[in-house]
Amino acid sequence: MSGESTVEIGLLLPDVLGTYSDAGNATILAQRLRWRGIAAEIRTITARDVPPTGCAVYLLGGGEDTAQLFAADWLRRHDQLRRTLETCAVTLAVCAGLQILGQSMTDSKGQHYPGLALLDITTAPGRQRAVGEVVATCAVPGVGSLTGFENHRGVTTLGPGTVPLGRVLTGTGNGTGTGTKYRGEGVLTDRIIGTYLHGPVLARNPALADHILHQATGQTLSPLDLPDQAALRNTYL
Amino acid sequence: MATAPPGQLRLGWWTRAAVHAGLATAGLSRRLGLGAGSIIGGRVTLALDPHALRHLAAGRRVVLVSGTNGKTTTSHLVAAAVRTAGRVAHNAGGSNMADGAVAALAEARDTEYAVIEVDELHLAAVAEAVDPAVVVLLNLTRDQLDRATEVGAIAAAVGQALARHPSTVVVANADDPMVVSAAALASRPVWVAAGASWLGDASSCPRCGQTLTFTEPGWQCVCGLARPTPDWWIEDSKVCTADAVLPLDIRLPGQVNRSNAAMALAAACAVGISADQAASALREVDVVAGRYAVVHRGGQDLRMLLAKNPAGWAGMLSMLSEPRPLLVIINAREADGRDTSWLWDVAFEQFGSRQVVASGERAADLGVRLSYAGLDHRTVADPLAALETLPPGQIDVVANYTAFHQFRRRLGREREVAG
Repeated sequence: MSGESTVEIGLLLPDVLGTYSDAGNATILAQRLRWRGIAAEIRTITARDVPPTGCAVYLLGGGEDTAQLFAADWLRRHDQLRRTLETCAVTLAVCAGLQILGQSMTDSKGQHYPGLALLDITTAPGRQRAVGEVVATCAVPGVGSLTGFENHRGVTTLGPGTVPLGRVLTGTGNGTGTGTKYRGEGVLTDRIIGTYLHGPVLARNPALADHILHQATGQTLSPLDLPDQAALRNTYL
Repeated sequence: MATAPPGQLRLGWWTRAAVHAGLATAGLSRRLGLGAGSIIGGRVTLALDPHALRHLAAGRRVVLVSGTNGKTTTSHLVAAAVRTAGRVAHNAGGSNMADGAVAALAEARDTEYAVIEVDELHLAAVAEAVDPAVVVLLNLTRDQLDRATEVGAIAAAVGQALARHPSTVVVANADDPMVVSAAALASRPVWVAAGASWLGDASSCPRCGQTLTFTEPGWQCVCGLARPTPDWWIEDSKVCTADAVLPLDIRLPGQVNRSNAAMALAAACAVGISADQAASALREVDVVAGRYAVVHRGGQDLRMLLAKNPAGWAGMLSMLSEPRPLLVIINAREADGRDTSWLWDVAFEQFGSRQVVASGERAADLGVRLSYAGLDHRTVADPLAALETLPPGQIDVVANYTAFHQFRRRLGREREVAG
């Protein structure tokens, strides 16, 4: 066990929801704490483990359909963890992980499955897959433009009072609001950051990583100057 | 149709015309310096005669080599082994869709055998046309998710294709659950315990989605899918079957190439090549479509390696055991996949303390990844400029697909100018 001052980052089900390289986000969060002199540890939580409930941050990634339903079922069976996600921890949920936290999901055959109901969203399959680069204006103050790669068929509808993480400039995002001025990407609450931007979304958007760490630790974090970071954002923005 | 003696088969006049048009286009493309010409030539032939592949393959014993990683290398190994028994048509340059197969068969018309590397997404269509004697299924992992479909769906499509060819021998990797789920429907499987260097996509069951249980050397799922008993396996530097032990002293480096060689041996035996003859032929293969070649440039010896996805890199890391400086070149063009997320599933942390330079059109993506891996490195987007920052002596160069070919062309042009 780690000491009290160590920030634990729980990487949930990388063995099930690891299709889109989302585990890198755990590395990014841990390193950004360590570089500031804050001890951090990644707890890898597989489907075989009893999930710890003391992590400050939890991460859920994307995966294929069967894997997603398995993961939703696994999370439902671990009610303590569900309560932690609802009341104490900060969660980054990507793609299938985001959909799982909603009210319901519908598969390509029209079958409905319940989600964890931590978010007031529902997801159904769209007509075609959304694949490609996304640029969105982030609703979190100070984060600026979000850049990332999406690859999903889910169309996510937000309930009244639920706020998207960003406003889509290019790409698809949640896939709702087409034809209107405001097309949303992901979901933002006090505790949950949900997004369709998969893989190293936090590598491309370090300010979003620091927002998560600030929410989770309450600490004010000093700026970091990472080589290649500006060039990376310039590649896509 | 498929019973005509090899090399004696007559093509219809229209197919003959289509083949001539394709070969002429390929020749023109080569003379204009546009490339090897096989893709454009094959496309012309197919546009004129959509059944050209079926007609060109008829009467030959065809081995198809497919999977996510190792196709090019394994097809070179199989071709070397089969060549001991007769002439072989082979898409040696790695053009692995239907057009590449057509070009290879058109360029070597009267061969008894054909060894064709096929992209896993095109395996069903190519198998339908050529009615293969043998299909080699190496592994199925994630590659270019942005343009391909998810790997489980690929495995299902491959499985249905194999089920439609009951007389085809399917040489399949017993250690890869995705491959086993695909080959489970084959009538004549030959299982090779070829190992799996990366199981990042395979920890949940491809059939039912539950978590697989791995207990060395096997794996299984509660739904019944399990590792089949292998017919071929590797022990130290030997390949074994129930009644033979063969030396595996190949020149290509790394455990992953020993696996490829075991698959190639099983495939060669399935088309009737004697195992001893095949094993000695494999020993002669040292360079595969430019890979593993050593290029001398100034005082530097560049060992050219290709890795394009997490599984490929997992196999590559064991080849980089010496503390040589390393140049990594990453692009994200269509043939590479536009999405660079996969870099985060490569265990760059294992590079250790060697000198590393991040390069290519996505040098910044790689550079940020290496920083988070805790690696000291330099980032120089232009690969030739990047070489200038490294010392003389041996250097490992690892590039993904288009980066590898771009870099080879630039080195080649430099030599022409110098010569």
